[in-house]
Amino acid sequence: MTAFETPKASGCSAGSCGAPSSQADGMSDALRARVQDHPCYSEDAHHYFARMHVAVAPACNIQCHYCNRKYDCANESRPGVVSELLTPDQAVKKTLAVAAAIPQMTVLGIAGPGDPLANPARTFDTFRQLAAKAPDIKLCLSTNGLMLPGHIDELAKHNIDHVTITINCVDADVGALIYPWIFWQNRRIHGREAAAILIGQQQKGLEMLVARGILVKVNSVLIPGVNDEHLKAVSKIVKAKGAFLHNVMPLIAEAEHGTFYGVMGQRSPSPAELKTLQDACEGDMNMMRHCRQCRADAVGMLGEDRGDEFTMDKIEAMDIDYEAAMAVRAELRAKLTAELAAKRAGIHDAPAPQVIRFTPRIEPQKPVGRPVLMAVAAKNGVVGVHFGHAREFLVYEASAGGARLVGHRRADAYCSGDDSCGEGEPVLERTLRALAGCEAVLCSRIGIEPWGRLEAAGIQPNGEHAMEPVEEAVMAVWNEMLAGGKLDAGPLAAKCA
Amino acid sequence: MALEIIESCVNCWACVPLCPNKAIYEAAPHFLVDRDKCTECVGDFAVAQCVAICPIEGAILDELGVEMNPPGSLTGIPPERWAEAQAEIAAR
Repeated sequence: MTAFETPKASGCSAGSCGAPSSQADGMSDALRARVQDHPCYSEDAHHYFARMHVAVAPACNIQCHYCNRKYDCANESRPGVVSELLTPDQAVKKTLAVAAAIPQMTVLGIAGPGDPLANPARTFDTFRQLAAKAPDIKLCLSTNGLMLPGHIDELAKHNIDHVTITINCVDADVGALIYPWIFWQNRRIHGREAAAILIGQQQKGLEMLVARGILVKVNSVLIPGVNDEHLKAVSKIVKAKGAFLHNVMPLIAEAEHGTFYGVMGQRSPSPAELKTLQDACEGDMNMMRHCRQCRADAVGMLGEDRGDEFTMDKIEAMDIDYEAAMAVRAELRAKLTAELAAKRAGIHDAPAPQVIRFTPRIEPQKPVGRPVLMAVAAKNGVVGVHFGHAREFLVYEASAGGARLVGHRRADAYCSGDDSCGEGEPVLERTLRALAGCEAVLCSRIGIEPWGRLEAAGIQPNGEHAMEPVEEAVMAVWNEMLAGGKLDAGPLAAKCA
Repeated sequence: MALEIIESCVNCWACVPLCPNKAIYEAAPHFLVDRDKCTECVGDFAVAQCVAICPIEGAILDELGVEMNPPGSLTGIPPERWAEAQAEIAAR
């Protein structure tokens, strides 16, 4: 690991995994050092470092109602979908090729398209080879947890430092609404009995990983009316057992995906519902806000997928000097880590934003700005994308306490699945709906037509902060709004507080 | 007595390591069962292992052509609802 001065434990705000500035993020210095270059585990690292998934694990041992096992699709971007299944040897070749072409790549994960631990031979063969050939790349996996307790020793042996478990419930009655069956001890088991076994294995696996010092992130799919309220209890329990990060993701359900939820008309949560639940869980533990729900063969920075550049036939044609590539990675990683450390140190040392803090008991008459949601067309941590080219927007909540990432919105990939979301709907219309609830959108440039449409929709476009660091730009816009008297406390303030 | 894998198979490999007779093999466009080796797991397991883990309804047939996992049995989606949803998508 490169030399890196860990940030001070106190006062970590905008740089942490979405934790509000009012509380410490709950990570120790040692923990922060372990995740500092993992784009999925560290919010600010995801602007600097890249990851890839290799699709070596096709088999699955459970069925989830949000998944359709016909996983081969080039055009969809969601978990469980891949274009090309790889053998372990191909996966190793692909990883080394990508790591040579994208030296920011720090993490290799196995996440499917089935469950990595339902394919233990393929999964561990891949890890074993990579640990030998590219020891600088971190290895991690994402599992449903059913076979986790039996594989803890092997995970530790391959030096796997990070494991994600998808835990949607801790109550078998809730689980019976999410998992129709599991394969367990040579039988297919249905209903509540299946859910009870799965939950038991997940919890046991979580405890065993924590006992071995392996970092555990918990993913949960928010399914309105099924586990939404229940996820608050899940968050408390997994934190108590030692998970270090909880990632609540919105259900993706559309009839054309052929999933149970999609076909049966189960709706997805709105961005506001997702944020409300994440906020409610946040008092209990670190919440992840920057997840992009990537495919099981995603390549590149979070939010982008360069998989098309690295199909097996293209990789076979590449001429790669692996030794030189590893040296380039080491050099770039040291540089990025130093940059990130400087940025983090800056956050910690910076004076409080130049606004009056809300201290009602002492100065009840002082004006205070209400929190505002702003969308940012960001790239590499700066306001760097033209509005019309943005495929996603990061959503920040700006307030007197600073800017914090609260989520992201896709601009072109998803629709909410209702009747108004047919193929004929223009892209701009969908983008406007995706930005609902935001009062400003920051981008590097923007055309006249979308400018007018955004204004008409009550969203102020802003191209004045091109190439500035995202959080500084967001706070600059918020301070302008405050100075302009647009943030006076009012009914909206009560709603947003 | 042998089972058969048909074209709706998605080649997910789940069944291959479970077969006590090594009767299932990779083939294009989908996996196949060696009729001479398949015993439907009689004597080894209470249920045929490929049938017990296969996630795709209708992908495995018995000797009489009967679907071992009929429509709706694995996903929980009633076949009528599935047909309706397909019609709705086609009408868009």
